[in-house]
Amino acid sequence: MTYRIFLTRLGNGLLVLIGVAIMNFTLVHMAPGDPAMIFAGEAGGGDETYVEQLREDMGLDKPLVTQFAIYAGDLLRGDLGYSFRNQRDVAGMIAERIPATLLLTMTAFGIALIIGVVFGMLGGWFRNTLLDRGLMIVTLVLYATPLFWLAMMFVLLFSVRLGWFPPFGMQSVLVPDAPLERMLDVGRHLVLPAFSLGLFYAATYARLMRASVINVSNADFVKTARAKGVPGGRILRVHVLRNAILPVFSLASVQIGQLIGGAVLTETVFAWPGIGRLMFDAILQRDYPVILGVFLTTALLVILVNIATDLLYRIVDPRIETGAGS
Amino acid sequence: MLNKTSFAVTRRMALLGATALLTLPRTALAQTGPVEGGRLVLIARPEPATLGLGLNLQAPTIYVGGKIFESLLTYTTDLEPMPSLAKSWSISDDGLTYRFELQQNATWHDGTPFTSADVVFTADDMMRSSHPRWKLLAETYVERIEADGDFAVTFTLREPFSAFIYAFELSSLPIMARHVYEGTDYRTNPANNAPIGTGPFKFVSWNRGQSIELERYEDYWDDSAAHLERVTFLVIPDAASRETAFEQQMVDVLRPGDVEGFVARRLSETDDVVMTTMGEEFYAPHAFIQMNLRKPPFDNLKIRQAVMHAVDRDFISNNIWFGMAAPATGPVSSRTAFYEPDVTPYPFDIEKAQSLVAESGLSGDDLKVTLTPLPYGQQWDRTAEYIAQQLTQAGLDVSIKGVDVSGWAQALSTWEFDLALNYTYQYAHPALGVARHYLSSNIIQGTPAANNEGYSNPEADRLFAEAANSVDPEETQRLYSEVQKLLVDDVALGWIFEMRSPTIYRDTVNEVVTSAIGAMDTMKATWKAA
Repeated sequence: MTYRIFLTRLGNGLLVLIGVAIMNFTLVHMAPGDPAMIFAGEAGGGDETYVEQLREDMGLDKPLVTQFAIYAGDLLRGDLGYSFRNQRDVAGMIAERIPATLLLTMTAFGIALIIGVVFGMLGGWFRNTLLDRGLMIVTLVLYATPLFWLAMMFVLLFSVRLGWFPPFGMQSVLVPDAPLERMLDVGRHLVLPAFSLGLFYAATYARLMRASVINVSNADFVKTARAKGVPGGRILRVHVLRNAILPVFSLASVQIGQLIGGAVLTETVFAWPGIGRLMFDAILQRDYPVILGVFLTTALLVILVNIATDLLYRIVDPRIETGAGS
Repeated sequence: MLNKTSFAVTRRMALLGATALLTLPRTALAQTGPVEGGRLVLIARPEPATLGLGLNLQAPTIYVGGKIFESLLTYTTDLEPMPSLAKSWSISDDGLTYRFELQQNATWHDGTPFTSADVVFTADDMMRSSHPRWKLLAETYVERIEADGDFAVTFTLREPFSAFIYAFELSSLPIMARHVYEGTDYRTNPANNAPIGTGPFKFVSWNRGQSIELERYEDYWDDSAAHLERVTFLVIPDAASRETAFEQQMVDVLRPGDVEGFVARRLSETDDVVMTTMGEEFYAPHAFIQMNLRKPPFDNLKIRQAVMHAVDRDFISNNIWFGMAAPATGPVSSRTAFYEPDVTPYPFDIEKAQSLVAESGLSGDDLKVTLTPLPYGQQWDRTAEYIAQQLTQAGLDVSIKGVDVSGWAQALSTWEFDLALNYTYQYAHPALGVARHYLSSNIIQGTPAANNEGYSNPEADRLFAEAANSVDPEETQRLYSEVQKLLVDDVALGWIFEMRSPTIYRDTVNEVVTSAIGAMDTMKATWKAA
């Protein structure tokens, strides 16, 4: 049963990926400005023949349909293309940037989930108390704050004023040799970007979790448990939490894509060497193969995460597996 | 002005040259003499796509590559040629033959000796196909390039071209290794990402998205130079983060544009920080309003004159660029050769601008225009907003059309604009950096660095051509003066200001700016107090 569902999901994912590839290609080529012209402009001049030569090198002299056919053919062979600007394989460029992005987004995702769930749980359980109000104000402020501004305030406070964490980069200029020190070095660099990205999403989860906890707390089975004299802590852990977390879980699986999007800003402010920044630079320079490569990889990541959460969801909530859900 | 005598450069001359540079800002520490060793931290912004100099001419590629590669010459801040890979040079009286004697003990970073074959390969082969500026120059003027033994090269021109001596700067003709590039596809050669040059610093590693690491080349040909042990370029994409990095003393030098002008001013007022606006005399960036002369209202001279009167260039220089700019009077920067100050002035006078618009006889939709700003940061945005406001006051109906760099380049390259902000590098001589914006032969699509406004005047074409061919400095000056007056009378472009971009560095760093290309140069004389 699960096996068949997995295959169906995978098939659907593939269709989505094909759709994304077609759409990306069309949109990217619709944007004004082409790479050859920009390249020539940056070179401080150039005549028509130079621009034409560049265009030919980049394969931009062919009709759009032909260009797409070549692109699609390359994709089928697993080739993401070649960046003339960087003179490198796109797949290689993405491969060296992905770990940094995954480290940042997954840490931020963890922070968002943990803080969101804890804040929401406390708020919902102790609803309408001072604690609840305080937590909800904090989450509201975090949610309303632009991501880049929060990041800059973090740098100002924790880096410039207090000097606790480095303001940018993924590692120090003088990288320590010992593996443990190297890990700690990356860890120290990770704190500010991961928190500024994570806190923004934590706010959403906290509010959702709070509402969900309140909702579940009013359910009959919780009332029954109370009536039976089950201790409060156990009710919260066993009855409320496991049920209340499901909506957060579904939202989180959708939002992980946005998280990678949000990483563009965070990676720029903190000079984090991930694919978000690669994408940003590539868009500014109209480096088509890189833009398409990053978009496609991001889409693939989102699809895979969605499939994974879908399957996980079945484990967390057995009603779906048995078809007993409402 | 060309010197037609032969230069034999000795150590004494080099010392004299260094003395001449005493006019440049330097700190008290400089008097103690260079300290060997240390790490200099700079910023690569944006991260270079490649380090293949000559194939990619973006500023960060030149900035990083400039420490690894060299050209035949470099130039003093007075724009006199100085030795680099050429130790001396001579120009024949007829202005047709340029002979360079090369350094005899220079080697490539892989140990291969540097010879005239590298120069001939670079100039006659590689750069002819990959470098748009050199290609144009070589095709127009160069008859042949020949080696004379291992350490001399002669360039023979078809006709005299007085600007030719300025074609040997780092970004104009970086000398590349023949043994690395010959017979390969230049664009995809792996050396573009792990370069091998002759410069004072050799490439060590490139941690993509993070940093580029160089180290001193121990066998560098000039054994009195290359003091620093390491040079590190950090990739910091955000302007506020770059500011923080400098303030936190994680970065030693900020090159022009690394931070916004208002930040530069604040930083320069900090203790232990030095700021200089010298070191860009060669490029002399010159900002202007580009007006599309092909259609109303800018095909009307009175409207163009109105633009000049409506915009207060002093206000822009002082209040938007915080004094890091000087009002421009015409097409040639006051910092390069052949500048003519005596041209028709257009003092700020909004009433005059209004009456000129009225006299133009245009009204309604004819006065409706869009302004495409240069998307290079806040100061350019403010400049565009100010200009739009002033022109609206003068009677035009201006709306700002914001685009990113690609959109801007496309608008200019395809002539789909009314007004646009732009700036140009002058490359030390009007024939190299100025004429291209006005020659009718250069009304071409496909690049934002051509005659995009569509200015066409046979008289200007003739004057530019004669001036470029003239070998008599006085005659050249007369011709360039005449063409400048003509262009200013025609208001071919709306010149606004000469940029005075600051290089900022800690006072423990010395000899940062030692030539007309400032921090872009090799930094072989730069040293850091312990």
